[in-house]
Amino acid sequence: MVEFSLWDILRNLLMAARWTVSLSLIAFIGGGLVGLLLLVARLSKVRGMDRAVGAYVQVFQGTPLLMQLFLAYFGIALFGIKTSPWTAAAVALTLYTSAYLTEIWRGCVSSIPKGQWEAAQSLALNFAEQLRHVVLPQALRIAVPPTVGFLVQVIKGTALASVIGFVELTKAGSMISNATYQPFLVYACVALLYFALCFPVSLVAQSLERKLHGHRR
Amino acid sequence: MLIQLDFSAVLAAWPLLVRGVVWTIALTIVGTVLGLLLGTACAWARARNLGHRPAPLRWAVASYVELVRNTPFIVQLFFLFFGLPALGLKLSPEFASVLAMVVNLGAYSSEIIRAGIEATPRGQIEAAHSLALTPGQTFRRVVLPPALQKVWPAMVSQIIIVMLGSAVCGQISTPELSYAANLISSNTFRAFEAFILATLVYLALSMLTRRLLMWVGARFLIGR
Repeated sequence: MVEFSLWDILRNLLMAARWTVSLSLIAFIGGGLVGLLLLVARLSKVRGMDRAVGAYVQVFQGTPLLMQLFLAYFGIALFGIKTSPWTAAAVALTLYTSAYLTEIWRGCVSSIPKGQWEAAQSLALNFAEQLRHVVLPQALRIAVPPTVGFLVQVIKGTALASVIGFVELTKAGSMISNATYQPFLVYACVALLYFALCFPVSLVAQSLERKLHGHRR
Repeated sequence: MLIQLDFSAVLAAWPLLVRGVVWTIALTIVGTVLGLLLGTACAWARARNLGHRPAPLRWAVASYVELVRNTPFIVQLFFLFFGLPALGLKLSPEFASVLAMVVNLGAYSSEIIRAGIEATPRGQIEAAHSLALTPGQTFRRVVLPPALQKVWPAMVSQIIIVMLGSAVCGQISTPELSYAANLISSNTFRAFEAFILATLVYLALSMLTRRLLMWVGARFLIGR
């Protein structure tokens, strides 16, 4: 039997962590773009849009991410498209992220006083200009801390992609633990690596939050 | 390609689904009750306005909270279920699932409850002291009820997140709802239909749970 040193285990886990990071970035960027579209759609006062986006958010927030991953995995295949775990994970996580981000950002936008909208309107700015020059710049400041904080949820969410066979940090962990018969050590390392990814992001989000509140006072 | 959905085979397996729902609810209830107790204890140990606690205690609780909040639930579950037997501690899937849910909710709820506790004015705690209430009585009767009342909506959201998170417990063959969906999909080869159905049940469960818990909060927390 081959002996695995702690370094072997860590090295392989670090290699797999790259995929956790890439998937998180894809979900975060893709989810941000879709979320922004949904937010604009919701703010645009098009009939029924508000309720439609609200229902979208409720579905993604009211069901397990694991089920969303399964549905993406088997659902894309139903259309006759060959799905890889990669595509399914990227699609599901992007949609999941977009639902949360659009809801977070909606809260930020609605915290902008109504007078700001009205003032912009009285300056004869159209809807796009009102958003771009008056509302979004102010909402953006408030939105940064919770958005960064949500990145932690996205990173942790990618761990579920292991279930549909995407080899990232968690999946690599179970594979290595099966090969080495050292589940305690391997899963402890996996947990510590996630912690090393998430904790700095949490700290940044916390300090941003403190800065924002300090400024407001 | 035309999509053809056929729910009949999946619906025929309803006893499995019902068993799954019952397990999901049972896991959630036990996990929530014990998790809130653990979270309250941790909040008590860390709240800044409740007097000084020994540093080792504060550090231990802080590390537990941060460690759990910055790692995925599935890794916590796997660590408990696959990792602990290496130390001679063998857990059943069901027990490991409940333990993971308690550990998880304990960490998140402690931060929520702590926010509520730290919003309690110092004067109220001093007033309780001056009425000769013991620290324990002060905490139970003066500090905790209004704190819970303030943070209840956030707590309800967290409890629902934990319930939805329990879908992962099926991965270690705890017979909850997502496990049932997996089983049905491999029995009937109707994977998409099985997961659609399970997802809808989860959606209904989370909406009902939110209603129920908000009602419980309004009835028993505000009414004091």
